[in-house]
Amino acid sequence: MRLIVNLNRCQGFAQCVFLAPDVFELHGEEILIYDPNPDDAQRLRVLRAAAACPVQAIVLDKLDESDAKTA
Amino acid sequence: MTLKARVDALVEEFKANGRIVIVGASLAGLRAAEALRNEGFTGHLTIIGDETYEPYDRPPLSKGVLLGRVPADHTTLPRLRATDADWKLGVAATGLDRAARLLLLDNGEQVPYDRLLIATGTRARPWPNPAEAALDGVFTIRTRDDAARLRERLAARPKRVLIIGGGFIGSEVASVCRELDLPVTLAERGEAPLVGVLGGVIGQIAADMQREAGVDLRCGIGVTSLAGDTNGRLRRASLTDGTTLDVDVVVAALGSIRNVEWLEGAGLAAGRWGVGCDAGCRAFDINGVVTDSIFVAGDIARAPHVLYEYQFLSMEHWDNAILSAAVAAHNMVSLEPDRYPHLILPAFWSGQFGVNIKSVGVPPFADQIVFTQGSVKERRFVAAYGRGGRIVAAVTFNQGKWLEYYAAQIERSGPFPPSPAGWDKPEDMTPMPAEFKDPGSATAMAEVVLTGHDPSERRAEYRPRRR
Repeated sequence: MRLIVNLNRCQGFAQCVFLAPDVFELHGEEILIYDPNPDDAQRLRVLRAAAACPVQAIVLDKLDESDAKTA
Repeated sequence: MTLKARVDALVEEFKANGRIVIVGASLAGLRAAEALRNEGFTGHLTIIGDETYEPYDRPPLSKGVLLGRVPADHTTLPRLRATDADWKLGVAATGLDRAARLLLLDNGEQVPYDRLLIATGTRARPWPNPAEAALDGVFTIRTRDDAARLRERLAARPKRVLIIGGGFIGSEVASVCRELDLPVTLAERGEAPLVGVLGGVIGQIAADMQREAGVDLRCGIGVTSLAGDTNGRLRRASLTDGTTLDVDVVVAALGSIRNVEWLEGAGLAAGRWGVGCDAGCRAFDINGVVTDSIFVAGDIARAPHVLYEYQFLSMEHWDNAILSAAVAAHNMVSLEPDRYPHLILPAFWSGQFGVNIKSVGVPPFADQIVFTQGSVKERRFVAAYGRGGRIVAAVTFNQGKWLEYYAAQIERSGPFPPSPAGWDKPEDMTPMPAEFKDPGSATAMAEVVLTGHDPSERRAEYRPRRR
């Protein structure tokens, strides 16, 4: 799955890090490093992280992988 | 039928059957295409991109990708909706015929358009000596492939990395090298890293951070030449202080060049400054007259900004690409008075040496700076920038949560020094010079000249400097 975090908006609340630790990690107190294309096994965790983000900074792909991305 | 009804019918006809071409298939181009469909444009949409990849995100390239935490091919951007576009990837635009409304491509194709969006962005400024730049071990970072190649080389544990240029990209790469425990030298011609964007006061803090992290930071030093062995592998760099350095990787972090060459002869206000446009993303022609059919978005756009004395600013920032794309898309399918202005407050972030640096506003517009919250010693603070008694920018080091508070004051043209947040007061809250370098005089080499006398023939003409 594809995702992106709006890092202008992110304030380092780290809810995503708790909920999907294999996808999101903090370097220092505020630098978020994340995998923008995690394995599908992470989907549920990523959805939870996106829902829990206090500033709603996580943007998920609206087209599923099955769609031709060059559509 | 009244004239108004006829114009309304024309707009509907254009939205249903018009032809829009977007040149540039990165963040701005993709989001513009999606926004056009959201605006109800159901006509023919073409997207041209010179890279073969579908649109990908660039900020991770100089951070997570180089660290090895994010594979370069994981950066493909999420889609917000289907674009139903004709994608031409791996094809570059080579020219624009405005009279015939044709875009010319490097595969010989000519693509007709009714509305055109210019979103060709920038590229990395290469090391100026082409033979030296071609040495195995010399890198720039702008594309996915650049980052993948450099990542591979860093993973092979070079003996020393030399970074030329202490801007954000150079500083981020230096940070990655230290995190990977690689010996790294950073050569910066100015007196500190990040000086151009954040000024000397913050630059000194950045310099301290780099040295504490083990970067061999050399300020006031340039690189004069690079030398390789007989196999064309980089071996040595010569510096302006007469010393040499044995290095096997050089990263040239010398800023960017705008991708405007394909617009030469098109008669637009395009040059090394980018493409001039109004705050509604409409391109100016070379005479400074606004066009109706050509729009500009993203890094390449340069538009007047209401908060900064209407100076023409280019904002090479991530959210500017997204928001200018949305405004351009709306205005491409709307007429006056329904057009939107693009009134973004510039903002960016940079993670380096364990510190998240965030900024809003335009720091180089300021002449003063004041620390308003936190502790410089702990690398956890807020600083506000001011000019003429007005707050014009703010920067945070690991205090991003406070940025909105200051952004609101900047938007309201609030006073400088700003009203403090009343929390976490620093010891010293005295404003001081922000120490930006004098931008110097304008280039002596004219690129645009005026010709003709009669009003019907008086025109500007573009005479590019040949590099």
